[in-house]
Amino acid sequence: MQFGIFTVGDVTTDPTTGRTPDDTERVRAMLTIARHADEAGLDVFATGEHHNPPFVPSSPTTMLGYLTGVTKNIVLSTSTTLITTNDPVRLAEEYAMLQVISDGRMDLMMGRGNTGPVYPWFGQDIRNGIPLAIENYALLRRLWTEDVVDWEGKFRTPLQGFTSTPRPLDGVPPFVWHGSIRSPEIAEQAAYYGDGFFHNNIFWPMSHTRQMVQFYRQRWEHHGHGPADTAIVGLGGQVFMRKDSQKAWDEFRPYFDNAPVYGHGPSMEDFTRETPLTVGSPQQVIDRYATMREHVGDYQRQLFLIDHAGLPLKTVLEQIDLLAGEVVPVLRQEMESVRPAHVPANPPSHAERVAAARAAGTDGAAHVGGSEDRWTGRTAEDDPQPAPAGAAFGL
Amino acid sequence: MTTSTPAPDRRLVVVSAGLSKPSSTRLLADRLGDAAVRELQGLGLTAEVETVELRDHAHAVVDAMLTGFPSGELAGVLERLTAADGIVVATPLFTTTYSGLLKSFVDVLDKDSLTGTPVLLGATGGTARHSLALEYSLRPLFTYLRADVTTTSVFAATDDWAAAEGEDGGGLPARITRAGRELAEKVALRRNEGPADPFAGTPDFTALLGGL
Repeated sequence: MQFGIFTVGDVTTDPTTGRTPDDTERVRAMLTIARHADEAGLDVFATGEHHNPPFVPSSPTTMLGYLTGVTKNIVLSTSTTLITTNDPVRLAEEYAMLQVISDGRMDLMMGRGNTGPVYPWFGQDIRNGIPLAIENYALLRRLWTEDVVDWEGKFRTPLQGFTSTPRPLDGVPPFVWHGSIRSPEIAEQAAYYGDGFFHNNIFWPMSHTRQMVQFYRQRWEHHGHGPADTAIVGLGGQVFMRKDSQKAWDEFRPYFDNAPVYGHGPSMEDFTRETPLTVGSPQQVIDRYATMREHVGDYQRQLFLIDHAGLPLKTVLEQIDLLAGEVVPVLRQEMESVRPAHVPANPPSHAERVAAARAAGTDGAAHVGGSEDRWTGRTAEDDPQPAPAGAAFGL
Repeated sequence: MTTSTPAPDRRLVVVSAGLSKPSSTRLLADRLGDAAVRELQGLGLTAEVETVELRDHAHAVVDAMLTGFPSGELAGVLERLTAADGIVVATPLFTTTYSGLLKSFVDVLDKDSLTGTPVLLGATGGTARHSLALEYSLRPLFTYLRADVTTTSVFAATDDWAAAEGEDGGGLPARITRAGRELAEKVALRRNEGPADPFAGTPDFTALLGGL
């Protein structure tokens, strides 16, 4: 089972000192956090994507591309990649490039984004969130799996004879998760394609998470990907630890009380009872998260939010040490000791996906076309191998 | 345990948004609920009433607004409210409209959760000059939620609690009885089938994909 961290990339004032990092400091802190997570032995680092302050991670593949070079083992991922407001053509190109550079040590998670104004800033409308997620992802998949794509949809300018480069590593696209908190349509989408489903439950009671994951599992089986319990599930989580439980409560409380989203609302006592937020000793975190499988079944990826609400970098790095040193080894052992043999322990790695694709004969070409450039310096009318008249418009 | 008692034919929830204890809003809420039960009995139906004082859930309502989900006892209240066959809502009028606590409570409800539910509205205020607030503010709120609001809503000014039945029979007791009858008639015609399964309506993915 994979255990890792995911970051929102918020710039938040530390309520205990009144100090606010600037954007540069926060970006650099995120890089330090990711490197430290790799060195400590965590399995996954995922960054959010945002296009409005107080969040800094607008350009995930730039960040993750750098991290592929300075980390060794950690899987680099997103939480989430905006499938609604990004051009799916650019997503196909950027994440294939990341896949090649990282030698397959990456995957990505699609999400819609719930910030209304971001949609019009990128020429879209939040009311089309679901149709955008469905159409854009359908195009993204075709760009990764088909060498030459003709396309016409509702939301994007049509494509004729388009090849996304670089072609995916070994002709096999990255593994994709779909994240959604309350849209059954997205769970259905993940199930249809046999992709992973991630429920970021950190602000929600487990009863809700259980319903969404159950639905995804049933639909996974319905769409013929195997028994429901073999579907690929990830969960969010949120912890703050000190060896002494009371010290954890005392230290985290001002961050909780002033945190974005839930600050100035429920008490930490209420919130830790109602949601997966766990504040206490490493053993308390182990005990709480060992029960998650009782709600959603045996799952493959557990991500923790540990660097938000203005927590100082030093504290975050200490949390990574506690997580990697004391929590994950025990939790992994507990989770694996009860996992049925036919249920995957991890989401599929690149090597496993390549082997499966070759066995099924579905792997694609690692290069398309010859070595001559048919396009640069030309207009479409100069196409040396012209398409039949009218083909560009599907006539 | 009263396991031998048969289940009531209908379940009503009475919501009082009064802030003081005791409150005249609670008094009005109780009378409206009692009237509805009496009238249901006249129609041959038994009814059970649960009364909710929003004051008891004020902090939980604010928490739910901030976190997006109801916690503790409030979660159960919302479940029973949205499963009710009929609802009575009574609120004090503050600065021209219903109480902010009531609005916050309504804001926490799923917007589809009261569709078709019979609702009787009541309000209390200092003088009868405020009585139309029921019609211009409270009724549109529940119309927006597609609730089935009774034609008669009941406003009780301070004076009303002392006034004798008017010559035209338009005093507070008569209005309460009329409103209770209207609610009972609607409730008698419809049982709450419970909330729709949010997953049942999810189209198969090939339908979502359309022609892609």
